[in-house]
Amino acid sequence: MDQGFFLLFAAVAVITALIVVLARNPVHSALALMACFLQISAVFVLLEAPLLAVVQIFVYVGAIMVLFLFVIMMIDVREAVLQRFLPGGNLPALVLLVLLGAEMLVLVLSSERFSATEPAAKGGGDQIREFSTTLFADYLLPFEVASVILLAALVGAIVLARKETG
Amino acid sequence: MVPLWWHISLGVALFVIGAAGVLLRRNILVVLMSLELLLNSVNINFIAFGRYYADFRGQIFAIFVIAITAAEVAVALGILVALVRNKSTLKVDDVTVMKG
Repeated sequence: MDQGFFLLFAAVAVITALIVVLARNPVHSALALMACFLQISAVFVLLEAPLLAVVQIFVYVGAIMVLFLFVIMMIDVREAVLQRFLPGGNLPALVLLVLLGAEMLVLVLSSERFSATEPAAKGGGDQIREFSTTLFADYLLPFEVASVILLAALVGAIVLARKETG
Repeated sequence: MVPLWWHISLGVALFVIGAAGVLLRRNILVVLMSLELLLNSVNINFIAFGRYYADFRGQIFAIFVIAITAAEVAVALGILVALVRNKSTLKVDDVTVMKG
């Protein structure tokens, strides 16, 4: 049952990811990316990380994709729609990608350490509570640093997108 | 149960597709979306390893990755809007201001 669901979600995720890269129109890319993020959040649910699945939907589908679509509507994409790839192709990059994918697949498939089928037993009980305790006790400093980074990004985005007034 | 290497393979597939988008596409918007794809494949790996080794740190680092991604997208789209306003181009090859 789990395997069937995982295969379904993974297949749709890979197909929509291909559409992201291959689509001519950036709007189609953005919509396919949204579908891909939804599939990935379903995979998170299968991995028993419901909090991450919700965060994925809120942040990626709710915020980032709206930002993308907003920017696509704001700037004129008609001229960019016409050209898909660089004429003449990019052979070194393609070779590099094939090598990268083959290397990673060989590493994953040939190693014994990736063959676990049953997850190690968890301490039962309230997983979200344990998770939050770990996040806010052991990782408090990185959490605060992340908030500072978000604030800096907010200010930076406002300054960058503002019209030049002097 | 789903074996661990299935998740890792999904991460590999999405990573390679995202890298293809970054390296082969010439449209800045699609390059940015492919970067999102790369970060998401890393998140899948983090959470899968975290589950199979019964460790919360995978999920915690995935949350940090999501936060950094949000910041990155905000700044990148701000830069993109400023770029389109000044140079009115969306092609990566046309942006050679910093080329020596």
